[in-house]
Amino acid sequence: MSYLSIEHLDKSFVRGNLASQVLKDINLNIAKGEFISIIGHSGCGKSTVLNIVAGLLDPSLGGVILDGKEVRGPGPDRSMVFQNHSLLPWLTVYENVEVAVNKLFKRSMNKRERREWIEHNLALVNMSHALNKYPQEISGGMKQRVGIARALAMKPKVLLLDEPFGALDALTRAHLQDEVMKIQKDLGNTMMMITHDVDEAVLLSDRIVMMTNGPSATIGEILEVKLPRPRDRIALADDPEYNHYRRAVLSFLHERHRLH
Amino acid sequence: MNANVKLQPASAEPVSIVRPSRLAALARRSGRYAVQQLVPPLVILLLLGLIWEMLCSGADAALPPPSQVVAETWELIIDPFYDNGGNDVGLAWQLLASLQRVAVGYMLAVVAGVGLGVLIGQSDWAMRGLDPIFQVLRTVPPLAWLPLSLAGFQDSHPSALFVIFITAIWPIIINTAVGIRNIPQDYRNVAQVLQLNGFEYFKTIMLPAAAPYIFTGLRIGVGLSWLAIIAAEMLIGGVGIGFFIWDAWNASRISDIILALVYIGVVGFVLDRLVAFVGQRITRGIPAN
Repeated sequence: MSYLSIEHLDKSFVRGNLASQVLKDINLNIAKGEFISIIGHSGCGKSTVLNIVAGLLDPSLGGVILDGKEVRGPGPDRSMVFQNHSLLPWLTVYENVEVAVNKLFKRSMNKRERREWIEHNLALVNMSHALNKYPQEISGGMKQRVGIARALAMKPKVLLLDEPFGALDALTRAHLQDEVMKIQKDLGNTMMMITHDVDEAVLLSDRIVMMTNGPSATIGEILEVKLPRPRDRIALADDPEYNHYRRAVLSFLHERHRLH
Repeated sequence: MNANVKLQPASAEPVSIVRPSRLAALARRSGRYAVQQLVPPLVILLLLGLIWEMLCSGADAALPPPSQVVAETWELIIDPFYDNGGNDVGLAWQLLASLQRVAVGYMLAVVAGVGLGVLIGQSDWAMRGLDPIFQVLRTVPPLAWLPLSLAGFQDSHPSALFVIFITAIWPIIINTAVGIRNIPQDYRNVAQVLQLNGFEYFKTIMLPAAAPYIFTGLRIGVGLSWLAIIAAEMLIGGVGIGFFIWDAWNASRISDIILALVYIGVVGFVLDRLVAFVGQRITRGIPAN
C-alpha cells in the first residue's frame, strides 16, 4: 500500500471549443519517506502533475490519494516550495514562516511553542542569522531556504518542490541540494521534486520519473537510483554507477525523447 | 536669507579639526545637500518674482506686483488666527474649514473606494457590471455634481462633502481594483496551500500586496479633492478658502486672492506629500509589481 498514489491521471485544458490534452494516464505510487524526481523537457506537463498533487489544479480524470484520502483542493499536508520562493515581501523572514505556523497550529501549540517551532525550522535551513530581514534584503539562495523552512514548518505529509533550485547559481544550488538531502535524511520526509537538471535528479532521488514530451505526456520510464546514502557529490563524480544513472537519464531525454 | 540659514551647519567644521567626528561629516554633507536642493528653486523663485514685479509695476497694470501684494495682505499674513465672527476670520481658519471638509469627504471616499475596488478586483461579474458605469461617471467634472447634490441634500454642507467624495473616489476604486487584479498567482497559491479564510486572505495577502496601487489612488484622490473643494466652496459660501477667494474677487481685493492661491498651493502640496509619506511608511518602499 503506497503512501501517495497518482491514479490514471488525465489533464486537458479547454480553451473555447479547443481541448488540448496535457497529461495522459499518469500512474505513480510513492512510498513514505521516498524522494521522487520528475524530469522532462520543458512544456511536458511535469509542473502540472505537481500542481494537481498540490490541489492547485483539478485533474480531468483520475485522482490523487494521499495517506488513504483523496486529494480535493490545496492543503498544508502537501506544502510546496515554489520555484520563485513566493515569500511575502512585506513580511520578515521570521514572519513569513510565522504566517504558516500561526494559521496551522494556533490551537495545538501555545505561543512559546510556536515561536520555538518557527526558529527551529529556520535553524534547519541555517537562516537563524536573518530572522528580522526582509526578503529583498537577502540573496536568492537564502530566500529559497526560507521557502523550504516555511514548507517544512507546516509538517506536511509530502513536500512538493517545483524546480526549487532552478533560479539559483550552480554553487548555491549544490549547497542547497546537500541541505535538502540532509533534512530528508534527518526528518524522513516524503518529497516530490520537479527538475530539469539531470545531476540534481540522480543525486537526490530514490526514483526518477522520466516524462515523455507533450501533448498527452505520460510517464516514459521510472529509474530506480540505488546509490547508497548519504551521497557525496565529490565522491560520486567518478563513480561508475552514478555515471551509469546519469547516462540513462540523458539518453532518455536526448535520444529517445528528444524535443524536436 | 534662507540659503544663509542652511549654510550654517558648515560652520561646524572647526569641530572636525579638533575631532574628525562623524557628526561634522554629517553636518557638512547635509549642508551641501541643502544647498544643492534649495538654491535652484530659490533662485528661480526670485527671478520669477522680479519679472512679475517688472511686468506689473506700470501704472496701467491690471494685477498688483508682489511688493504690493505683500503690503496689502500683511495683516492677513501676520495674523492668520483672528476671528471677527461670520466670514471675517483669519486665513488659517479658512484653510482649516476647507481641510475639515476635505478630511470628511476624503475619508468616506477612501472607505467606499477601497471597498468597491476590492469588489471589482475580486469579482469578474462585479467588474463587468460596474466598470462601464464607473468609466462614464468618473469623467463627470466635480462641479457638475454640485447642483444635483444641493437638490438632493437641501443643504450646502453635505453637498460639499458629497462633491469631494465623488471626486476622490474614482482613482481610489480604479487603482485598488488594478492592485487586487495584479496580486501574483504565487501569493494566491500560498494562501490556498495555507487555506486562509476570506478575512485572513484580505489582511495577510490582499491589502499588503495591493497597497502600492491603493496609495497611488489615494494620492491622486487627495489632490483631486483639494481641487474640488476650492471650486465647490466658491459656490456654496460660508467659511472656507474657496469662498474667501470669491469674496475677495467681489470686493476687488486682488492681493488677497493671490495670497490665498499661494496658501492653497502649499496646502495641496503638503497633502500630496503627506499621503505619499504614509504610503511609503506602510509599504516600506516596496514597489508595485
